[in-house]
Amino acid sequence: MNATVAAILALAVGTYAFRLIGPVLHGRVTLPPRVQELLSAGAIVLLVALLATGALTEAGAFAGWARPAGVLVGAVLAWRRAPFAVVVLGAAGATAVLRWAGVG
Amino acid sequence: MRSLLRTPEVGSLVRDSSLVWLASGIVGVSFGAIAVAGGLPVWVPVVMSLVVYAGSAQFSAVGILLAGGGPLAAAATGLLLNTRTAAYSLAVADVLGRGRAARLLGAHLVTDETVAFALAQSDPARRRIAFWVSGLGLFAVWNAGVLCGALAGSALGDTSTYGLDAAFPAVLVALVLPALRTDAAVRRSALLGAALALAVTPYVPAGVPVLLALAGLALHGKGRTA
Repeated sequence: MNATVAAILALAVGTYAFRLIGPVLHGRVTLPPRVQELLSAGAIVLLVALLATGALTEAGAFAGWARPAGVLVGAVLAWRRAPFAVVVLGAAGATAVLRWAGVG
Repeated sequence: MRSLLRTPEVGSLVRDSSLVWLASGIVGVSFGAIAVAGGLPVWVPVVMSLVVYAGSAQFSAVGILLAGGGPLAAAATGLLLNTRTAAYSLAVADVLGRGRAARLLGAHLVTDETVAFALAQSDPARRRIAFWVSGLGLFAVWNAGVLCGALAGSALGDTSTYGLDAAFPAVLVALVLPALRTDAAVRRSALLGAALALAVTPYVPAGVPVLLALAGLALHGKGRTA
């Protein structure tokens, strides 16, 4: 079990180091407005890529139709400015119903 | 901070956050359950959730441990997945607050959901409250969920029956939509980035596709009179 402890610790310390980069650099380095703009845009780009791969893929392959269909239902609801609760429950509900109906 | 907590906007932030918390809590329960049902002792998912605190990296690391891939591969894959938090932490550095304690504690709360939630707010003051409200709540709910799941073990059955795997991407859609709606440059970059990430997903290790998506920023300056 020692190797597992070491793996968890390495993952924890490394992850915290990544997360400290922003707060540590902040105030010491003045970033040009253009770079700050790119960082905000970069965060959105990462999130959109994460949701796209999360909606469509599982372990490097297609995740099946039920999940992306549910996410699409959530996206349409969000686009129509539905409340946040409706978006999330709509997405999970649509996926659950599709699976119940036998769609993978 | 106390006076800020009384403002009506905090109420709306808590209301909006609570669904993210609920979704994450349920994902946390399934994480704890999967880890223990797969044969890991209860403390592994519980401690990991407290000190690593990054859902996708935890799922991958535990998946690799359970598949017999070894601790080194588990840690390396988790770290690769979490490199994106470095970019997030740069994006929200001025949101955390000025004090040393706020920065050290806030850094640990930098996650996909919290950053998206903070950046979705319109003014700096609201961003800061949104970060802390959603971040502290998420930390509490995620870890409580993992503990419950780990104790319940395999009694829960297959959580994908409830469609919960669609909840997390839908949460992110709702959070990034305001930025995509109003900013054409961000929209172009994000679409190209997502297309790149999807195209390479079958061929590269987990975590790499999302990082490659940053190449989409190449479209960010186009069409601008600068």
